[in-house]
Amino acid sequence: MKKITIDPFTRLEGHGRIDIFLDDEGNVANAYLRIPEFRGFEKFCEGRPVEELPRITTRICGVCPSAHHMASAKAVDAVFHVEPPSAAKKVRELYYSAHMCHSHIAHFYVLAAPDFVLGPTADPAERNLLGLIAKVGLETGMEVIKHRAYAQDIQAVIGGKATHSVCGLPGGVSKAITEDERRDFEEKSKSMVEFSKLSLKIFDDVVLKNKDYVDLVLSDMYTLKSYYMGLVDANNKVNFYEGDVRVVDSEGKEFAKFKPADYLDYIAEHVEPWTYLKFPFLKKIGWKGLVEGKDSGVYRVAPLARLNAADGMATPLAQAEYERMYQTLGGKPVHHTLAMHWARLIELQYAAERLLELCQDPEITDPNVRTIPTATPDDGIGIIEAPRGTLIHHYQTDEHGMVKKVNLIVATGNNNAAMCMSIKKVAQALIQKGKEATEGILNMIEMAYRAYDPCIACATHSLPGQLPLEVVIYNAKGKEVKRLSQYLS
Amino acid sequence: MAKLKLAIYWSASCGGCDVAILDTNEKILQVAEIADIVFWPIALDFKRHHVEAMPDKDIDICLFNGAVRTSEQEEIAKLLRAKSKTMVAFGSCAHLGGIPGLSNFSNRAQAFERAYVESQSCDNPDKVFPQTMTNVAEGELELPEWWDTVKALNQVVDVEYYIPGCPPTVPIISQLVDALAAGNLPPVGTVFGSDKALCEECPRTKEEKTIDKIYRPHEIIPDPEKCLLEQGIICIGPATRGGCEARCIKANMPCRGCFGPPPGVTDQGAKMVSAIASILGLENEKDLSAEYVESLMNQVKDPAGTFYRFGLPTAMINRKRI
Repeated sequence: MKKITIDPFTRLEGHGRIDIFLDDEGNVANAYLRIPEFRGFEKFCEGRPVEELPRITTRICGVCPSAHHMASAKAVDAVFHVEPPSAAKKVRELYYSAHMCHSHIAHFYVLAAPDFVLGPTADPAERNLLGLIAKVGLETGMEVIKHRAYAQDIQAVIGGKATHSVCGLPGGVSKAITEDERRDFEEKSKSMVEFSKLSLKIFDDVVLKNKDYVDLVLSDMYTLKSYYMGLVDANNKVNFYEGDVRVVDSEGKEFAKFKPADYLDYIAEHVEPWTYLKFPFLKKIGWKGLVEGKDSGVYRVAPLARLNAADGMATPLAQAEYERMYQTLGGKPVHHTLAMHWARLIELQYAAERLLELCQDPEITDPNVRTIPTATPDDGIGIIEAPRGTLIHHYQTDEHGMVKKVNLIVATGNNNAAMCMSIKKVAQALIQKGKEATEGILNMIEMAYRAYDPCIACATHSLPGQLPLEVVIYNAKGKEVKRLSQYLS
Repeated sequence: MAKLKLAIYWSASCGGCDVAILDTNEKILQVAEIADIVFWPIALDFKRHHVEAMPDKDIDICLFNGAVRTSEQEEIAKLLRAKSKTMVAFGSCAHLGGIPGLSNFSNRAQAFERAYVESQSCDNPDKVFPQTMTNVAEGELELPEWWDTVKALNQVVDVEYYIPGCPPTVPIISQLVDALAAGNLPPVGTVFGSDKALCEECPRTKEEKTIDKIYRPHEIIPDPEKCLLEQGIICIGPATRGGCEARCIKANMPCRGCFGPPPGVTDQGAKMVSAIASILGLENEKDLSAEYVESLMNQVKDPAGTFYRFGLPTAMINRKRI
C-alpha cells in the first residue's frame, strides 16, 4: 500500500490532495494523501553556528514557530552541555504554555468546531469561523479572538515577536520577565483558565449532548488502534516542555520510556519513493507497512496520544476533565481519532492552569536567566511536545559549535502513517459501489485528517475552517471519474 | 470608488506571512471594506484555471509571499504577474529569498541525500528518494520538481513594491493598506519600512568606540542599554533597513537583517563587512599586518550565512558553485 505526502517541516504549497483509486467493483482500492513540497532545512542548517539554529528553525513553520524555537533551544543546551538557570526554564515553559493556548484555541475554534457546531455536511460556505460565530454568538466569538491575542501577546513580550521569536539561546533566555509584565501575564492567564472552562462546556453542549456526534466519534471508520507517544513528567503526567518520552501499546500498557537523548534506539524512519514525507516507526517492532495494531510499528502523537501515553494531568481542573473523558469513552486508551478534539481542549485547560502557576511562581521574575556555556559543544537532542505532537531536533557540531548535521522529526511526521490509514478507512467506509461521492463525504474524509491538526492544516492556514484540499477519484482503468473541492462555488 | 481586487498567494514560505496578515486584526476589516479578496489559498479555493480565465491586469494588487524554487511556483508567479496591475513581494522570502535561500549554499542532490539517506534516524539502505513521477499499483503520481536554487520574486517576474520583514510588522502592513485605501501608492520600486538603517532607530546607546573581541550571543550577557555591536556581538543593524521597531534588539538579541539592506546599499554582506572592519578599528589603519587583520576577522563565524541570513538569493554572489 502506498501514498504520497510531504515532510511537515516543509509547507503546503497550494493544494493538498488526496487521490483515491477505485477497483473494478467501484470500491476504494487505495487512497493517497500528497502535499508537494520539501524544504531542505537539514542541509542548509549545516555550516551555521549552532546557537543560531533556534532563530533559523522557527522558519520551518510560521504557524507553530515557538515549538521549533523551544525544541531548538533545548537541543543547543544539550550541544553545549549547559543547564539553564531554574528561572530561565520557567520562563521558557511559561512562554511555551502561552503558545499551546494560542495553537489549541486556533485549531479548535477555527478549524475543528465548525464541523461539530454546524454539522459535518453543512454548506462549506457556512462551515467556517464566521458561520461558527453566527451560531455560538458574537460574544463567545469575541472571547475566542481575545484569548488567542492574549496568548500571542505573552509570546511577543518574552520572545520579541510572537511569530519567529528570538529569546531562546544555549543556557537560557535572552531577557528576564519584569514585575509589570508578570502582573499583566497573570491577569491574562486567569482569564485563560476561565476561557478554557468555557471551551470545554461548549464541547459538552455541542458534541457530547448530541447523540449523532457521539456515534460519529465512536464509529469504526474513525477508530484506529496504534501505539501512542508523549512526553511525561516524573509522575507520568503530561508535560509539554520536558520529561521522558513514554510509549504505550494499543492496550495502554507501557511499551517504552526513554530519555530524549536515546531517541535513536526507539525511532527509525522509513522512506518511500512516491512521497516527500518519511514514515517514523518504533524501531523495536519494525516497519510493517500501513497496518494497525500491536504488531505494527506505527504510533500516534498529538493531544489524544499524549493523554493515552500519560497517567494523568498535573493540574486539578485538567485532571478532572481527563478522568471524565476516559470514563465517558470507556477507559484507556481511547482509539477514536475524533476524540482528539476533546483531548485538545483538556490540554488547553492544562496549558492555561500551568501558565497561571508559572505567572505566580516567585522565581519567575528572577533576573538570572542565563548560564554561559563552558563545555566543548558536540551533539545534542531536544524534544518537546509541539501542539501537534512529539517534536525532535538533533544537532551535531564540530568542537567550535559549527553545525555538521541536523536531524528533524516533526510532529506531523510521526502521524504520517496513521493519517494515511485514517483517511483510507473513512474513504472505504463512505465511497462504495453505487454510492454517490458528495461534498459531505469529502468533508467526512477530511475530518479524519483534520483531527490530527496536521501542520499543513494549521488553523490559521484555513481561515474559514477549510483546507485547500482536493479529492480526485480514479476508476480501475486510471481514468478520473470525480473531482471534489472544498471551494467549488 | 469601486472595490479593489486583491490576491494573496504563498509560495515557498512557512505561513508566517499569512499569520502576520491575520494578526492585523481590525485592519483586516478595513481591507474587507476597500477590497474583495479574490484569491487566498489558505482561505479560498485557489484554482489555476480560474486565474487563467481572467483578463490580463484584472487583479488590482497581488501580495505574493514566499520564495520561488519549483517549476510550479515560477509558473504561478508569472501567471499572477500577467493578471495583476501591481505585484507586491510580501515578506523576506519574496523580497530577498529569505531563510530558505540558505539552500543556495548546496544543491538538490545534497539536500535529498542529507534528508533521506544520511539522516540519523533514516532506515533507507536502498537509497530511495522522492521522485517527480512514480508508478504505483493503481496509477501514476506526480510531484513538482525541486530546484537547486532558490529565487526571490523579482528574479522571476517584475515587482512594483516590497514589504520587508520576517514576518512583516502590523504597522508596515497597515502602511500599505492605508496607501491602497487612499489610492496613494508610492513610486514603483519602493520598499516599505524606514529609509534609514536600523541603527538609527535602535534604542541602545552607542559610544563610537572600537573593539577587538567578537562574542557569539551565548558567550556573553550583554548590557541591555548599550549597542550590541560595541559589546562585541555581531548585529546586522548597520546593514539593515529600519522600520521593524527593533523587535529582536528589544528582546536583547542581535539583528539578523530580515528587512534587507537600507536604501543606497546594494549588498548587505559587503556593507556588514565594512561595518565590522570599522568597529574593529581596521578602517584607517594602514600598518596592520595581514595576519592580525585576518585573526580579527576570523572571529566572525559563518559570515556568509550570518550577513546573508535572509538575502543570499539577492546578494551579488548568490549561490555556491557546486
